[in-house]
Amino acid sequence: MRTISENQISELVASLFLSCAYCVTDDVSNAVEAALISEESPAGKAALAQILENHKIAREQHLPICQDTGMAVVFAKVGCGCVIDGDFAAAVNAGVRRAYSEGYLRKSVVADPLFERRNTKDNTPTIIHLELVPGDGLELTVTAKGFGSENMSAIKMLSPSDGVGGVIDFVVDTVGKAGPNPCPPVIVGVGIGGTMEYAALLAKQAAIRNVGSRNEDERYAKLEDELLRRINCLGIGPAGTGGRTTALGVNVLFAPTHIAGLPVAVNICCHAARHAKGSI
Amino acid sequence: MKITLPMDKNTAAALTAGDNLLLTGALYVARDAAHKRLITLLDNGEPLPFSVVGETIYYAGPSPAPAGRVIGSAGPTTSGRMDKYTPALLDLGLVCTIGKGARSAAVVDSMVKNGAVYLGVTGGAAALVANCVKRSEVVCYEDLGPEAVRRIWVKDMPAVVLVDSHGNDLYAIGRAQYEIPFVE
Repeated sequence: MRTISENQISELVASLFLSCAYCVTDDVSNAVEAALISEESPAGKAALAQILENHKIAREQHLPICQDTGMAVVFAKVGCGCVIDGDFAAAVNAGVRRAYSEGYLRKSVVADPLFERRNTKDNTPTIIHLELVPGDGLELTVTAKGFGSENMSAIKMLSPSDGVGGVIDFVVDTVGKAGPNPCPPVIVGVGIGGTMEYAALLAKQAAIRNVGSRNEDERYAKLEDELLRRINCLGIGPAGTGGRTTALGVNVLFAPTHIAGLPVAVNICCHAARHAKGSI
Repeated sequence: MKITLPMDKNTAAALTAGDNLLLTGALYVARDAAHKRLITLLDNGEPLPFSVVGETIYYAGPSPAPAGRVIGSAGPTTSGRMDKYTPALLDLGLVCTIGKGARSAAVVDSMVKNGAVYLGVTGGAAALVANCVKRSEVVCYEDLGPEAVRRIWVKDMPAVVLVDSHGNDLYAIGRAQYEIPFVE
């Protein structure tokens, strides 16, 4: 049995959140650069140029890309053959607390969502999704999820008879209604199938999949392509002031579902997509 | 076009949706929780902790200032969440709001009635805005952390007129210009 300490976990969590706060991943910066060339709208081009300049300033001056440094979300794949020595959630929260304090990241979490809404002042608690996997390691994927885009996400329990057309309409309609609010160009994560909460989880995982990656199932890969082309016909454009680049990518994940159901969830991620992966 | 803040209503009236601006001067920073407190004061007939007459409110919640800087990253937040609170402040004399995202019809109507403008900053361009901020002070509600009300002084902060004082909406105009039918 391999033992993984609380300290190892919190150090990895802190380093992952610090690694993604000040620079976007190459897939996103490449996609923005490509959009700057292809975008036809002058206002859209100007917004994309500002986004790239912002990436440069953030990287060079060690400032967060976006002031909304997000709610901390951690996907953990825990090997069945390892022993976590201590409290896993406490270790993850300690890592988040350290990253958000040392990195001058914004603390954006309120303890109670409805009544007092008092800021917890350390950006905890973390949203943690655990998955048990074979092996004796621990793999963490983290995302700092901003809420400008999170707020524009949606879920719908479609009927099987709604089919592909129903899914397309719902996804495109969700992005269309979001308009300029989620900081376009966006990355659209779509979860299809499972149950209500599982479709939402798939949508979040899809939203942090690399831009330009394709679903391994050719039918779903084609659906991703069509959704992207349809979304980019909406005219919303960079910063929402009109243009061709409303989304940089659409990622779909799917899962088996019930004979009576066709759950579809859409999780929107802004162009300041921040996620990182590491393992012990 | 260079604009000095605070701007008066004559300056606001001359702006047109789509104008690109460089803002220099003083403005307030306030978002959700601060707005809720301000409107609660008004509802109770109490005075606001600062005057909004002729002023600008930037909807933002900056990240903490690293050592040696006046402010952390300071991009705009989604303005629509302030829609419920905005007409009351416009009626009191607020001239300009800055943020990102769509405004409600009620806010646009109130802007037209009061001769106010709504400006946009590119969402997510937060480090870029940080470099335009030359000075920053907490005005009130420090307990709200990132949602405290601040007075900031900016130089050449890039912004675009999203809704002008006649109610023209750049989001609607721009989208209509680039929306195309999907071809298989």
